[in-house]
Amino acid sequence: MTATAIDTRADHDAAGEKVFNDIIARDSRIEPRDWMPADYRKSLTRQISQHAHSEIIGMQPEANWITRAPSLKRKAVLMAKVQDEAGHGLYLYSAAETLGTPREKMTEDLIAGKARYSSIFNYPVLTWADIGAIGWLVDGAAICNQVPLCRASYGPYGRAMVRICKEESFHQRQGFEILLELANGTPEQRAMAQDAVNRWYAPSLMMFGPPDEDSPNSQKSMEWNIKRFSNDELRSRFVGMMVEQIKVLGLDLPDKDVRFDEGTGRWQYGPLDWNEFKEVLAGRGPCNAQRLERRREAHEEGAWVRDAASAYAARQAAKPTTTKAA
Amino acid sequence: MTGGSTTGDDGATAPSSGLHEERAAWPLWEVFVRSSRGLSHVHAGSLHAPDAEMAVRNARDLYTRRNEGVSLWVVPASAIITSDPDAKDAFFESPQGKDYRHATYYTKSEGVKHL
Repeated sequence: MTATAIDTRADHDAAGEKVFNDIIARDSRIEPRDWMPADYRKSLTRQISQHAHSEIIGMQPEANWITRAPSLKRKAVLMAKVQDEAGHGLYLYSAAETLGTPREKMTEDLIAGKARYSSIFNYPVLTWADIGAIGWLVDGAAICNQVPLCRASYGPYGRAMVRICKEESFHQRQGFEILLELANGTPEQRAMAQDAVNRWYAPSLMMFGPPDEDSPNSQKSMEWNIKRFSNDELRSRFVGMMVEQIKVLGLDLPDKDVRFDEGTGRWQYGPLDWNEFKEVLAGRGPCNAQRLERRREAHEEGAWVRDAASAYAARQAAKPTTTKAA
Repeated sequence: MTGGSTTGDDGATAPSSGLHEERAAWPLWEVFVRSSRGLSHVHAGSLHAPDAEMAVRNARDLYTRRNEGVSLWVVPASAIITSDPDAKDAFFESPQGKDYRHATYYTKSEGVKHL
């Protein structure tokens, strides 16, 4: 992804660089009109736009279940959640735009398959219990990842994350409640809940990204105060939370290697299938094609609405100002 | 002084590399929300909309899904005039060293009641 409309002359601005470095050293915030290194801009544009795409694509797996949610209340809750995901996508696109890439470019990169989004949304949502597991595990992992991003050095990103985090905690709680209800239901419901947890556990751990030794961008991102903790650090912290929470559900984590390592002070977990992660990220997951196709369809089939709104706005603007009736 | 939004976007610029579309981008609007009576409108974020009416409606859906506001302002981002970020040191220099503009500068009256 390349950022357009950037003043490249600024790249060699030594004074600008000094100010930038001082701001980062003081752990203060960079704002859109500040000088910033081209790599900082590029890296942030990639991260924020991918994050935005994830929110937008993330609407699909859950929206598919709105008509099948088991009660009117559950439908209302799920609709609110999906609407939130749309909102989160829009906050993030706004933040990314401040770095110079127009929104249309981001949308087009996404539907052309040029942009990435979180691998998690390429897994199928097979049962109602999956909606619970997504809320609890997937949103739980997202929150764990996002809370430190509220302090990201880039002002607009941090502000978007604050708003998102405030809204996100309802997502995780509603998921937990779905699982809790099923776990205390009939044996079939209980089995369905366990099955969903079994399938979503490993993919949600992989949401934190590759292991630290295999995550080349992380180092720079931490130096720039965008990231505050490493992928493995956050993943381990998340496992520790899940270990406690699953006890309340009365279910089991599908990982016999989970234990607290006194030496490192970190939670350990079993091996994750990073080949699967790479395959899904490369577009070869179970639902990649379907998700992108649906997004493309929505964008193209909605074009006439955008055109009509633009035409109406242009016509209104062209009208001579009429004197108002008394 | 330079024109353009506080969030750094100078308003609508039509992207020319459209895969599927060659249409002008909707302008950018900055959104301000008054969270309750008695408080100022505070900048909440921005959005794109074809006109002011749609901008207000979109702002409601995007920034007040949880009763966050009792009133909204939308302002075309291109209409916002900002101080020049490159000249900020000089521009905001005047109050430097003028601590006597703060009550805390006056310490001799410490302990005197209601002062």
